[in-house]
Amino acid sequence: MSKTQWPLWEIFIRSKQGLDHKHAGSLHAADPQMAIENARDVYTRRMEGVSIWVVESKHIHASSPEEAASLYEPANDKAYRHPTFYDLPDELTHM
Amino acid sequence: MDQLINYTLHLADNSLVLGHRNSEWTGYGPVLEQDIAISNIALDLIGQSRNFYQYAARLINQSTNQSVTEDTLAYLRDANQFKNCLLSEQPNGDWAKTILRLFFFSAYQYFLYRQLQNSTDGTLGAIAEKSLKEVTYHLRWSSEWVIRLGDGTEESHRRILAAIDALWMYTDEIFEAADYELAAANKGYGVDVSSLKDDWQKKVSNIFEQATLPFPPANKPGVRWFGKEGKHSEHLGYILAEMQFLQRAYPDSQW
Repeated sequence: MSKTQWPLWEIFIRSKQGLDHKHAGSLHAADPQMAIENARDVYTRRMEGVSIWVVESKHIHASSPEEAASLYEPANDKAYRHPTFYDLPDELTHM
Repeated sequence: MDQLINYTLHLADNSLVLGHRNSEWTGYGPVLEQDIAISNIALDLIGQSRNFYQYAARLINQSTNQSVTEDTLAYLRDANQFKNCLLSEQPNGDWAKTILRLFFFSAYQYFLYRQLQNSTDGTLGAIAEKSLKEVTYHLRWSSEWVIRLGDGTEESHRRILAAIDALWMYTDEIFEAADYELAAANKGYGVDVSSLKDDWQKKVSNIFEQATLPFPPANKPGVRWFGKEGKHSEHLGYILAEMQFLQRAYPDSQW
């Protein structure tokens, strides 16, 4: 295996028309074109997808785990933000 | 009928031998992603060969009262019965040589299958139509690699030049028709390979230009033997020894 590492890419696959692209994993490639081809070969060989997005991993900015408490825990006791207090008509089956 | 069988076997052998060569990279690819890519391509090619072998077996059984299967044809024929082009059996060498061999061959298969789709033989036409989608990707993938290697580093450029030097002499054979190819073209179920040469050269020269590689490459005389008629380089014997060992040592074994 080669010693010089190609850049890392995050791969997003749309499984069928109308659905969102979902994160499938990451892989190494020299350029965007190769990243798409590699993604095709690594992540769609069992008919998983109809469309591929690739983003070089360095362009992804993430929230920091240390800030998790201040970012997410305040939502814990705010159940009123969930729309669960409405009575839905019976005809609505997909809510 | 014999010519149709030979023609079908020729198409099958091309895909099987090239597929086997590419499969030799499985586990040894330069990086994981390319290991998977070349193995996928190997599987595509071996799948194509199965379709052709199954059809050839059916034709043989109908016309001669034998009962051969795809396995008989792949695993129990000797080198001089194989009808693949010499290019397909050339050793992998380095990544550049493997890529270039696939590029030359995929460009040929692409133009071949495009026409073979219109074969007067429904089965050959259907196999060509299915295979064309796969080969279109092989051609795209190997083209990108030829451009990267040619227009890459000093070392990659040197290596792809060496690959051209080693393989160019095997490209003439592809477009020289064997008897069964002539018969196939005349009857309308096959393709006149000499008519593919222009398109093939245009494709190769276009990619070579993007790859900053010289076209046409310095001309060495083409090789004199003719794999399509069973006159192979020494390499095919080694391929068959490995590929056929299990079937010959343990006939019809299952697992």
